[in-house]
Amino acid sequence: MTADTTPRDALPDDSALTFENTEVDAPRAARLLLLACGALAREVLDIIAINKWTHIDLMCLPAILHNSPEKIPDAVAEKVIAHRNDYDKIFVLYADCGTGGLLQARCKDLGVQMLDGPHCYSFFEGNTAFAANDEISAFYLTDFLVRQFDAFVIKPLGLDRHPQLRDMYFGHYTKLVYQAQTEDPALTEKARACADRLGLAFERRVTGYGDLQRSLEQVAPHI
Amino acid sequence: MSEEDDIILSELDDEELVQQMMDDLYDGLKEEIEEGVNILLERGWTPYDVLTKALVAGMTIVGHDFRDGILFVPEVLLAANAMKGGMAILKPLLAETGAPRMGKMVIGTVKGDIHDIGKNLVSMMMEGAGFEVVDLGINNAVEAYLEALDSEKPDILGMSALLTTTMPYMKVVIDTLKEKGIRDDYVVLVGGAPLNEEFGRAIGADAYCRDAAVAVETAKDFMSRRHNQMNG
Repeated sequence: MTADTTPRDALPDDSALTFENTEVDAPRAARLLLLACGALAREVLDIIAINKWTHIDLMCLPAILHNSPEKIPDAVAEKVIAHRNDYDKIFVLYADCGTGGLLQARCKDLGVQMLDGPHCYSFFEGNTAFAANDEISAFYLTDFLVRQFDAFVIKPLGLDRHPQLRDMYFGHYTKLVYQAQTEDPALTEKARACADRLGLAFERRVTGYGDLQRSLEQVAPHI
Repeated sequence: MSEEDDIILSELDDEELVQQMMDDLYDGLKEEIEEGVNILLERGWTPYDVLTKALVAGMTIVGHDFRDGILFVPEVLLAANAMKGGMAILKPLLAETGAPRMGKMVIGTVKGDIHDIGKNLVSMMMEGAGFEVVDLGINNAVEAYLEALDSEKPDILGMSALLTTTMPYMKVVIDTLKEKGIRDDYVVLVGGAPLNEEFGRAIGADAYCRDAAVAVETAKDFMSRRHNQMNG
């Protein structure tokens, strides 16, 4: 998972992945479309590069949809309907992600497969391992969320304008778990600063790409 | 200094003061709300009138603007914090003066869920509407709910969850009530960001409440139906 094996240069910056639709086309006519959350774009491109797949297009929805998960099923359905005739298969790279089962129901209706699990914190760590953790007072961040901490946490919760609200949001949390997908000392320091800002203990947990990679390696080669 | 800083609350007549308090509540100004509450009490207002005509009325506007996407969670929390300041003054006085009582509610977030912002807003608005609220706090197992139902004998059970992984636990609680034959002794209201009406129906709740204002209206509605049934 080193930088020189990834096609990350094809991606816009993290802010664009947070707020905009993004597309990265395969070098030749693709047969599989990965319809993903923007928060997974870099990781998915790494997995594609590691496996040297050339038959996959990646299309990302704005990652900030996670702050209003009720909008995710419609946003996914719109893209699936618009592109289903262009590919042999569409694989939706979202877990339930706060949709309360509505995304799963929509994907079933549309006849497309999606990732297992409740959210990315779970599938990065591995759904089985995560379910066994029993960490109800842990606040999780991934690589992407550490980089976009202000956009996903500080600004939407108004902590930039009203820092006194911090304990109303985080008073019952005890620790921030940084689930590291990559080895990046600078990102680890940023994650530690995030924990300090929220008044939480800090833990770094290396996850790699977990069930995201395993799911893609099950699906992609057979298209 | 802004123009608003020059307003002296004690110099306003009652109508102007109540209007100003609603504005201050909207802006989350806790100290001003506390001052306004004390002024109205000194002028002979009953605690119940201060609560309903100034605080609840103001918070209702906040609730509507939240529902309509004009205000967001941080602003609602600031307003709630200001209202809490006023409530702290009024609560002991309300008990002394025998304000009307709408009913009693036991409320808590379900097992595995530590997110209590929504639950706290509902508690506060229910108290403002004249309900007695027994708040069980966070992370409640079915045993905690059962114990509170037994000891408190409420009219309403409220359950809250923020996570899709914890919301199914509401069904565990409701199924246990059914097994014990006490489900129909209570109105069961559920709420939380990932829930919807369909989920509420599927687990056997009486109603899903989208926000605190809806919770209050739904609770009032059920209490009034119950009252009519008892009188019918």
